[in-house]
Amino acid sequence: MRSRAVAAALALVLGAGGCGAGSQLKVSAASSLKQAFTSYGRAFHARFSFAGSDQLAAQIRAGAGPDVYAAANTKLPAALFAAGLVEQPVVFASNRLVIAVPAQGAKVRTLADLARPGVTIAAGAAAVPVGAYTREVLARLPAAEARAIQSNFRSEEPDVAGVVGKISQGAVDAGFVYETDVLASGGRLRAIDLPTRVKPVVDYAAAVVRASGHRARAERFVRGLLGRAGRGALQAAGFTPPPRR
Amino acid sequence: MRPRLFPILLWVALTVALAFLALPVVAIFVHTGPGALASSLGDSAARDALRLSLETSALALAAILLVGTPAAYLLATREFRGRALLTTLVELPLVLPPAVAGIGLLAALGPHGLLGGVLHDAGIRLVLQTAGVVVALAFVASPFYVRQAQAAFGAIDPALAEASRTLGAGEARTFVRVAIPVARSGLVAGAALAWGRALGEFGATLMFAGSFRGITQTAPLAIYERFGTDFTSALALSAVLVAASLALLLTVKLGLRRDALPRS
Repeated sequence: MRSRAVAAALALVLGAGGCGAGSQLKVSAASSLKQAFTSYGRAFHARFSFAGSDQLAAQIRAGAGPDVYAAANTKLPAALFAAGLVEQPVVFASNRLVIAVPAQGAKVRTLADLARPGVTIAAGAAAVPVGAYTREVLARLPAAEARAIQSNFRSEEPDVAGVVGKISQGAVDAGFVYETDVLASGGRLRAIDLPTRVKPVVDYAAAVVRASGHRARAERFVRGLLGRAGRGALQAAGFTPPPRR
Repeated sequence: MRPRLFPILLWVALTVALAFLALPVVAIFVHTGPGALASSLGDSAARDALRLSLETSALALAAILLVGTPAAYLLATREFRGRALLTTLVELPLVLPPAVAGIGLLAALGPHGLLGGVLHDAGIRLVLQTAGVVVALAFVASPFYVRQAQAAFGAIDPALAEASRTLGAGEARTFVRVAIPVARSGLVAGAALAWGRALGEFGATLMFAGSFRGITQTAPLAIYERFGTDFTSALALSAVLVAASLALLLTVKLGLRRDALPRS
């Protein structure tokens, strides 16, 4: 009786493991794509790994093999392409960097408020796209204001999910995140728009990983991002169509 | 032939286990040249992270020893209803994923947490502060000490404590002068395990205390941050952490052996 149960459990584990490693499409994607990709990926039976785009790129460089890589910028996929690790990347969506604050009782109402003493801010670390965009914004501000804002940083998170968590837990007064994160928060966060003159261009690119064992399906996944299903899922999550540059 | 097979199996198992456990550690050193090691120590952000790791883990250990020792003594020496349940509760963080520990700490001590208002009124700030790192480390590491301390106190011959009391020593005096010295090697081993766990803590620290250079970015967080951009320096910093942990473990083992020699 008992040994039969053990055998059954073993078969289940082995079966699941075999199926998981063998036939599912593995997609490494930026944390900010979680909502959009989870709904888009259902038709592909895709399995996701969401993290900072830089961490995922480092995993690919170290030989970890997802089938698809999708980043919150175009720089990281381009660098992997130049290194011969992925196919030609496709720009598939755009996002906007915003200041996020708690929906209720926010201490911060404008960009200028971020520079006030005593305000606490969470941001992405410099290596993760959301942190790099944040630093682009700071670089376009007057030096004194940028310094004042940066001196209010209290945490530099490895991905945007960490920034969102710190704001919604009340650990900080505000943070730099994407507009899609505010939408995904279900009303807990509110977005404050950045002035156009400091707004960074936030484009997302995806690519098929060269070492993928599921090339055809990975290509369909990446191409599909520009098709109806992909657009639909991305727009529902708040992304805008990619620019024609 | 038959009787020889089993010892061979034992040796094979040990070889497999050793190869598996040692390989990643060896790989870190194979990949890290002395040059990379030196330049990583020259990087002031890495030094900040190592210093912060040593400070916060030492503070957490001090708190664990101070509270954990008498708590473990009580659990080891008293019979009362619900003792097994209490012991299990104390050991629970051992099996909790660090991310759960981080969420739990936020839910308890965060600004919106159970005690958030009380802490705020008392002017105590933990989240995103160095003190928060100490709290996270103490939470995940204390069971390693308390468990070991409880076992060590429990192994003391009751006749010893009785003799101490017959000689007129009160319970407090017996605890300090008899129980702690006798259980010393177990306590030290537990403290070393707890310290090692605190040095390596990652998830609970990131969730509860965040990651900020010099304030909350401990060495494991700095390694993770470097992983994306600079694998070489991530490796070098890992090598330093391995060396520190190994030194810690060896010091304790050698100290205990020297300790044990005169008596045996």
